[in-house]
Amino acid sequence: MATVEDQLPPGEDPALLQEEVHDPRRRDFINIAAVSFAGVGAVAIVLPLVNQMNPSADVLAQSSTEIDISKIAPGQAIKSSFRKQPLFVRNLTPAEIAEANKVPLSELRDPQTLAERTKPGKENWLITLGVCTHLGCVPLGAGEGENKGPFGGYFCPCHGSAYDTAARIRQGPAPLNLHVPDYTFNSDTVVTVG
Amino acid sequence: MSFPWAKHYEPKQPLMRWLDEKLPVPRLVYNAVGAGYPVPRNLNYFWNFGVLAGAALGIQIITGIVLAMHYAANAGVAFGSVEGIMRDVNAGWFLRYAHANGASMFLLVVYIHIARGLYYGSYKAPREMVWLLGVVIFLLMMATAFMGYVLPWGQMSFWGAQVITGFFSAIPLVGETIRVWLLGGYAPDNAALNRFFSLHYLLPFVIAGVIILHIWALHIPGSNNPTGVDVKGEQDTVPFHPYYTAKDAVGLGVFMLLFALLLFFSPNLLGHPDNYIEANPLSTPAHIVPEWYFLPFYAILKSFTADFILPAKLWGVLAMFGSILLLFFLPWLDSSPVRSANYRPKYRGFLIVLLFDVILLGYVGGAEANARNVILGQIASGYYFAHFLIILPWVSRSERPRPLPGSITEAVLAKHGGTSPAQTALASN
Amino acid sequence: MVRAISTLVGLAFVGVLALALFFTAKDAIQNPAPEAAEHEFHLHPRDAALSSAGYFGTFDRRQVQRGFQVYKEVCAACHSLKYVAFRDLKEIGYTEAEVKAIANQWVIEQPSINPDTGEATTRKNVASDHFPSPFANEVAARAANNNALPPDLSLMTKARHDGANYVFSLVGKGAYRPQPAELVEKFPGAKTPEGLHYNPYFANLNIAMPPPLTSDGQVTYTDGTAATHDQMAKDVAAFLTWTAEPKLESRHAAGFASVIFIAIFCFLAWGAYQNVWRDVKH
Repeated sequence: MATVEDQLPPGEDPALLQEEVHDPRRRDFINIAAVSFAGVGAVAIVLPLVNQMNPSADVLAQSSTEIDISKIAPGQAIKSSFRKQPLFVRNLTPAEIAEANKVPLSELRDPQTLAERTKPGKENWLITLGVCTHLGCVPLGAGEGENKGPFGGYFCPCHGSAYDTAARIRQGPAPLNLHVPDYTFNSDTVVTVG
Repeated sequence: MSFPWAKHYEPKQPLMRWLDEKLPVPRLVYNAVGAGYPVPRNLNYFWNFGVLAGAALGIQIITGIVLAMHYAANAGVAFGSVEGIMRDVNAGWFLRYAHANGASMFLLVVYIHIARGLYYGSYKAPREMVWLLGVVIFLLMMATAFMGYVLPWGQMSFWGAQVITGFFSAIPLVGETIRVWLLGGYAPDNAALNRFFSLHYLLPFVIAGVIILHIWALHIPGSNNPTGVDVKGEQDTVPFHPYYTAKDAVGLGVFMLLFALLLFFSPNLLGHPDNYIEANPLSTPAHIVPEWYFLPFYAILKSFTADFILPAKLWGVLAMFGSILLLFFLPWLDSSPVRSANYRPKYRGFLIVLLFDVILLGYVGGAEANARNVILGQIASGYYFAHFLIILPWVSRSERPRPLPGSITEAVLAKHGGTSPAQTALASN
Repeated sequence: MVRAISTLVGLAFVGVLALALFFTAKDAIQNPAPEAAEHEFHLHPRDAALSSAGYFGTFDRRQVQRGFQVYKEVCAACHSLKYVAFRDLKEIGYTEAEVKAIANQWVIEQPSINPDTGEATTRKNVASDHFPSPFANEVAARAANNNALPPDLSLMTKARHDGANYVFSLVGKGAYRPQPAELVEKFPGAKTPEGLHYNPYFANLNIAMPPPLTSDGQVTYTDGTAATHDQMAKDVAAFLTWTAEPKLESRHAAGFASVIFIAIFCFLAWGAYQNVWRDVKH
């Protein structure tokens, strides 16, 4: 096959060329440098193209929610929303607290005490995300008259995960307890989540 | 396809050999823009603009796909969603400015590409199909650019949509029906915005498809060159890679440099302030102008101010579409056997006049419609049509071309001033 | 054949254009277009000389903050700023706590819904809110402003030619002035109508907005800068430059890096090109 090297166009003096090329490797360095530079540039351009899919500033700004808990009677729960996800706020009855506390930690798939999942002195306020840790469905049990499942907490109808009164996983495929987000009590009746 | 001395793809690694047997895509690339495509050795920098246009389309498609992830095609929120991109989306301002200015860069590059074709006779046999497909690409680009400009739903977007769909109402009898059908309403609104967004997303991929045909058609006769003389033998060509990939990299660098200067330092230079005002169907901006790349055609539209058999508005619309559609007939309007204007002194002169004529049309298109500018526009429009439809056909018949070089190699060597035995031998061949 | 048809088509277009030209010229001679007052009396904006102007421009944060104070105390009574959120103020140097306080104390409240009755009400602003509009809707805005709509200011400096200088000139010292006697003399029809105000920096010379800045010291700057009329106009122009283009600084910085990088690439590509072609005359 013809290559450029052995097919010099007529009129070129091969001897002259030999003289010009002292060190072919140094000459080719510039080709490699140019290609590498183009590669670095391409990577630099990819970064904003990837980063644009991250949450935008307006989404990040809405990351805290204030909830009024004054109207939740013991034994009741409300569904609110936090970062566009359902949030369960539950006012536990003393019986439910006692039931949660009597479960030995060794029986739990994701061992946590109720005290670890609530704020000191506010053990009756159980605030969790309403997102099943299996595949993200919303468990039942927060609404009036909904099925609370065999452990009296929450029950996910998608694949049958059952949570107890401390929203800990007790049965079914979910691996973890319902997630407790960061929150603080502004007063006895207002909670800021996030 | 291509020349008999073209290099053949010979994969060395087993994986590439396996791939070549099952799906010869690397071979296709090799023969299209690799070492397997022999290209005249004397191409100048004007031959960079095809590759640059391809790069510009790539930039538009990538930034466009990404912007579509954040844009909302609804008249109530479109303007706000663009501002959300500019303010809240990570690197959103960069992506949006890149897309808006990328359109200008794309059109700029394509205009130079077209001018190159006109000057060096690249539209002539045997490359008529390359030219025809190119005009199709240009038309698709104009449609895409127009619909893209509507999407931010600013004042110029809205009134641009109003005016451009208004062209169709010039058609006798069915015009108004067609306009309402295009808009899906009596004025641009949600329906129009949604369909424009849908088509604006679709057409670039159609353009990419036609570009493949454009390149395919080009590879049958091979690339033209500044002398317009056919390739006579292997000494006239070099493989595309690495010779023209290296040269295109230089062009691409300069292109990116200009693009970056525009994008980062004057992103609104080519835009219009009114498009930062949300669309208001009850108030027309004082001075409606299209984007710069449509100005010459807008000037032609505005120049037809007198009724003559047909109403002035219809003449304007016919002339504006005609000014582009006549390019389809160019290969047959020009009957000269000589391609390059370098060897056609008269044609070259008229072509240079045409260049200034189109620049003048661009100025008139953007300027205030006072009597002086209207008259300038009428003269310039007249020359535009006369050039293609009257001057070119007659000049191509009557002019005496300058003597052509015997071959590309001979022209190259003459340029370098060398007279060697090889050259004389070649000339006598 | 092609030649004959194309010549005919060409002549048709050229002929119609010649006819149009004839009528245009005739009309121009017989009924010359009347001079317009705004042609003769409109003034180009004065130069505000903001630090954000030019290719290496950056925001003077203290100035932008002063401009925000002018917006808050003067403009916000009528003009919305709907594409800007309180949280954005962090970019011009306010702390998280200051932003919360500004949002909380903002006079105009966010439209909201009473959670008990479902009735429309308002609530205090939070940092993630956009600046609330002073009017509930366009009709209310027009009704309160002599049928003129105060435009949203978020993008004002990009929505007008030479925007920052335009804003500075329009509300700066001496912009509002009595209509020149020679204007009324020359264009009797162009007398400023009742309820409008003569301002040569405004496109059609007569603006509906009453003079917003009227005297030195109208705003008392917290940073101690003397609040002269032009100083306040300049500061609010700086603030509105930021609201229209909040990413200006990152844009300039990214541009600087990109241009240097690409310039080096051009240099290397040129070298590689010379290297590849060294054996072939072209």
